[in-house]
Amino acid sequence: MGFNIYDFTEMTHNMHLWFLERMSPTATTIVEWTVIGVCYLLFIALFGLFLVYAERKVCAAFQQRMGPMRVGPWGLLQTIADFIKLLMKELIMPKSADKFLYNLAPFITMIATFMAIAVLPFAKGLQALDFDIGVFYVTAVSSIGVIGILIAGWSSNNKYSLIGAMRSGAQILSYELSVSLSLVTMIIFAGSMQLSVIVEGQRDGWFLFKGHIPALIAFVIFLIAGTAETNRGPFDLAEAESELTGGFHTEYSGIKFAFFFLAEYINMFIVAAMATTVFLGGWMPLHFGSFESFNHIMDFIPPLVWFFMKVGGVIFLIMWFKWTFPRLRVDQILTLEWKYLLPINLVNILLMSLIVLTKFHL
Amino acid sequence: MNALFQYISTVFKGVWTLLVGMRVTAKYFFTPWNHVTQQYPENRDTLVMFDRFRGEVIMPHNGNNEHLCTGCGICELNCPNGSIEIISKMEVNEEGKKKRAIDKHIYHLGMCTLCNLCIKACPEGAIIMGQEFEHAVWDRSLLTKVLNKPGSIIAQGVKE
Repeated sequence: MGFNIYDFTEMTHNMHLWFLERMSPTATTIVEWTVIGVCYLLFIALFGLFLVYAERKVCAAFQQRMGPMRVGPWGLLQTIADFIKLLMKELIMPKSADKFLYNLAPFITMIATFMAIAVLPFAKGLQALDFDIGVFYVTAVSSIGVIGILIAGWSSNNKYSLIGAMRSGAQILSYELSVSLSLVTMIIFAGSMQLSVIVEGQRDGWFLFKGHIPALIAFVIFLIAGTAETNRGPFDLAEAESELTGGFHTEYSGIKFAFFFLAEYINMFIVAAMATTVFLGGWMPLHFGSFESFNHIMDFIPPLVWFFMKVGGVIFLIMWFKWTFPRLRVDQILTLEWKYLLPINLVNILLMSLIVLTKFHL
Repeated sequence: MNALFQYISTVFKGVWTLLVGMRVTAKYFFTPWNHVTQQYPENRDTLVMFDRFRGEVIMPHNGNNEHLCTGCGICELNCPNGSIEIISKMEVNEEGKKKRAIDKHIYHLGMCTLCNLCIKACPEGAIIMGQEFEHAVWDRSLLTKVLNKPGSIIAQGVKE
């Protein structure tokens, strides 16, 4: 089983053959599903914990504080301790809550996150599903999450939860449009919805640089709308602590709350990963046209490192938004979407189509 | 046309103001040595409190065990919650004149709100705010302090 850090295609293929030699094709499929599922589960749990830690540190640095420092060196074990605390906590349910929906809601949110993360290409050959409609799939699946939020708000039988859920619904439904349209701009440019093809198309330069100004505008719009879609940053009025005491997850405690919390952070990762894949070249190294030696050095850095470096950069940008800008009012949020992002997006698509039609791009 | 121009300028102005805000927080983020958080128990030996920090009321004494307090009792009058008690005594000086002097300057730290009014009111500047802040004790009575040291006298040249 050759292990090539630059190309995982051969490795995964060999693993597939290795399983096939030992068991029936049906059993192989089941085992492979299980293995992949466990991998994603571990990734989500560990990366979610790391993101919470990173968020607290970054937030602290933006506010001239130090953040968690006591548990472990530099507070590295803080989120693990928090997670154990959440696991130990009692699960409290409101007396008049809709019991079935109340218990179902965290799972719907989590499942939507799981489904969306499946198509992300981490490196060459390291992608669980490679649909030919990958981008479409991600936008479709990630909007299932809002159903979980709406159910959580409704079934809690609490007015704060309901208001939070309704705000979240209005917000996600409108910003879904901007996310999709900014991705459509890039689909027009890339000529494919398959994520691996999109990444492959950026071998000689990222779409952010190749696509001229429309790609830049689409990137900014995608970041704004993506931040709004994850209920984060200046758009966190679904869980506005000062007004709604936590919004849709007010009544949730223990591991159910942890599910919402984890899903929020992994959704942030998904937005960052989509931005990376579509605009910043996915796992492709940074290449400049004619600098041969520079390109060669960049090729030595493994694709996984490239992917996580770019994702980390985008996540840092999203955190930067969150800890800089004040929260928007609900009417301001809808104004921003329907009066600014949507018209700009439509004009942007027109521009991009013209660029593609005239073959103006590099 | 004018409306369109206004629309575009609104967008650019909005983006610009957001960038200004982001520049401010970026300055904070990339200057971590300016953090205000103190790692308190670890840096206890090197910790320097701020000049205007109010830890407790103290009465500084010089090398000859002399202070500036005349025992006038203005600080006691100015204290809003009665944490200062002045016990004065009458002394006879060399010229045979009777003169009031401080016997005990009693300070109840447990009642003090550190409002600084006594320090402002003191005509001689005999009491100041100290920087000590670790006041935890096992008994409440330990919080009642006598600020003038035993055997101390008023410094020469302090006018009545």
